[in-house]
Amino acid sequence: MARIEYREIEGRSAGFFGLLGVLALFIAAGLAAAWAMEHRGHVITGMTNRIVWGAPHVFAVFLIIAASGALNVASVASVFGRELYKPLARLSGLVAVALLAGGLSVLVLDLGRPERLIVAMTHYNFKSIFAWNIFLYTGFFAVVTLYLWTMFERRMNGYTPRAGLLAFLWRLVLTTGTGSIFGFLVAREPYNSALLAPLFVVMSFSFGTAAFVLVLMAACRWSGRPLGDALLARLGTLLGIFVAAVMYFVTVHHLTNLYIAREFDLERFLLWEGGVYTALFWIGQVLVGGVVPLALIFAVRTRAALAGAAACVIAGGFAQVAVIIIGGQAYPQDIFPGKEVSSSFFDGVVASYAPSLPEIALGAGGVALAAALVVLGLKLLPFLPSSLDQAEPAEA
Amino acid sequence: MTPERRRFLGWGAAAAAGAAAVTTLAPGLRLVELARARSPDEAASALQRWGLLIDTAKCSDCDACVSACREENGWTGHDRPATDAQWIRKVSLRDRRSGFAQTLPLMCQHCEHPPCVDVCPTGASFRRADGIVLVDKHICIGCRYCVMACPFGARSFVHEPTTGQKPDVPRGKGTVESCTLCVQRVDRGERPACVEACNRDGHGAMAFGDLNNAAGDLGRRLRSEPSSALRADLKLNPGVRYQSL
Amino acid sequence: MRLAFAIIAALLAIAGDAHTGGTHAGRVPLPAMKAERGESCVAPAEEMRRNHMKMLFHQRDETVHEGIRTKRFSLKQCVDCHASRKTGSVLGEKGFCASCHAYAAVKIDCFECHTPMRSTQAAGAPR
Repeated sequence: MARIEYREIEGRSAGFFGLLGVLALFIAAGLAAAWAMEHRGHVITGMTNRIVWGAPHVFAVFLIIAASGALNVASVASVFGRELYKPLARLSGLVAVALLAGGLSVLVLDLGRPERLIVAMTHYNFKSIFAWNIFLYTGFFAVVTLYLWTMFERRMNGYTPRAGLLAFLWRLVLTTGTGSIFGFLVAREPYNSALLAPLFVVMSFSFGTAAFVLVLMAACRWSGRPLGDALLARLGTLLGIFVAAVMYFVTVHHLTNLYIAREFDLERFLLWEGGVYTALFWIGQVLVGGVVPLALIFAVRTRAALAGAAACVIAGGFAQVAVIIIGGQAYPQDIFPGKEVSSSFFDGVVASYAPSLPEIALGAGGVALAAALVVLGLKLLPFLPSSLDQAEPAEA
Repeated sequence: MTPERRRFLGWGAAAAAGAAAVTTLAPGLRLVELARARSPDEAASALQRWGLLIDTAKCSDCDACVSACREENGWTGHDRPATDAQWIRKVSLRDRRSGFAQTLPLMCQHCEHPPCVDVCPTGASFRRADGIVLVDKHICIGCRYCVMACPFGARSFVHEPTTGQKPDVPRGKGTVESCTLCVQRVDRGERPACVEACNRDGHGAMAFGDLNNAAGDLGRRLRSEPSSALRADLKLNPGVRYQSL
Repeated sequence: MRLAFAIIAALLAIAGDAHTGGTHAGRVPLPAMKAERGESCVAPAEEMRRNHMKMLFHQRDETVHEGIRTKRFSLKQCVDCHASRKTGSVLGEKGFCASCHAYAAVKIDCFECHTPMRSTQAAGAPR
């Protein structure tokens, strides 16, 4: 196979600066929101003592799991030896790092005392999965940077498969850790399941691949680089398999709960009478995030359909994370089984939650930061091949 | 008292714990007094495990415990029930089948195996040697993972800037807080404000004491009368026990 | 980290003070440093200026985690002696803590949680 030629994007056009300008506006709005939240308190958000994790956490968790999933393409090339994906490996690493940076920024700026982040680096409780995640996240930056270096530095190319394997294993552990943040919550019925860890892993495959496909299509289109149909068709199939896998895990999770009498009320809430959460589940997660992209990928099979499918997976992914995080908290904790409960603390009732503008601005700022990092990365270093239009290699 | 001496006395007290209630540790210092009120330079000890026994049969519709707690600890709100802190609350129960109605106070259950302590990334959420579960607000970063983990909804996040705190009860925006079992009073050898108020008003539904002291009031009642823990299925061994539930 | 910053800033402030001879302070007004109650502090003024934060840090961990509530180095006791007679607070323009920390340009967040007001039942100076 011919050597791949990578080139920085030119990055002088009005479109380039216009894009960066828009992203900078969103980032500035996010920072302003974080500043307001720190000075006036979380009372300006829609979060309460019953819904303690809200829209910022939906954005952050989505970006973090998408980050590890965006590394898939590189893993498929380096770890599983698929030559077709090899030219995409560098971009895959860039998108992964950028998404993680965006997600972590949101998570950190939402803290009650973000200025004490240093405390989280100096005081550790090793029984906390959250503390472990601090290592997993920072380690992910280091491992992916190392992996990228072996790809960029020609003398190190021989080590790329090994670095790729390390990054692949690390990302599996990272997403397991993120899923376990919820899976380890023994006292909440909607979480408290070992299934959440593998569910988060397949969700990351799906969301990360979708984000990568969109970035790749936009980057090639806007920089005028050819992008072959064969490659896109392969990526589409990969995305389709991941979307189906997510639907499989979600089905198993709900079927398990439906079998257990203790969980009937929870399932009735999530699947039938949970109002906005039921709508988010059926319309957002299942229809937009599952059925529509599968139809677009496997029935329509055009370039626009793939872009649409990827966008749908991302929209459905946000819905899914929102159902898990916010719906899971809105459902009341069962402290007194068999009793109707009422109190000044909203015991026994479904908690209401409406995200406020600052929270949304903070979350959107994180997305913009991730996008801006990708745009800048493409201009500063040769992440993107000059052409991705190639015949399908015989081995694949 | 020097640290060495203090440590020596601590070991001595540990050795003497199983022995007779009135053991002379040093001239003029006896175990009974040690169990009642520590001197200010004495660290909290694992010899004690402070807890509450709440008899729901004696608990009526009043909220004396709640207002006493608010007064003692200064968690006055801003009339925003969804975001205001609630260290203790009255919960009304009604059996789904029989319709039997009850009411009871609910607060931090001061578990032996507290999920909030397990999940806290910085160790700000911790369990003191004498069983009181607290938040070290100096190292709390406000992530709210403990609020997610608490099975009893006992924790609150401070959503707004605070003023007018009590000198013994610092509390501030951006950190998590919950019932401290009135640790400032316990350290002075007093009962928590809620227990004080409940008994002052003649209800006598709440009792405070040392769960480790079999000879004490609480220990005797727990041995001779039925009681239960909330969410006993989680095996957290809470320090707060309920009767007639 | 914060502690390190605080110490460096305090040392710089003291060094700066020595440099100018402590007679004038340029644009920033000299802090209002006086005890409102009692004869003397728990340690000589020089020692307090350099190390009060260490004492407070040490006491803070002992009090919160072990329930040791000796008065000598407790923040509550600092406030009780040093709060202004007029306002009852260590904050405000002439407040004991606030004025010096403004002078030294060291931000503290003690009083985001702790009350800056003297407790009413406070006794005399600590031993």
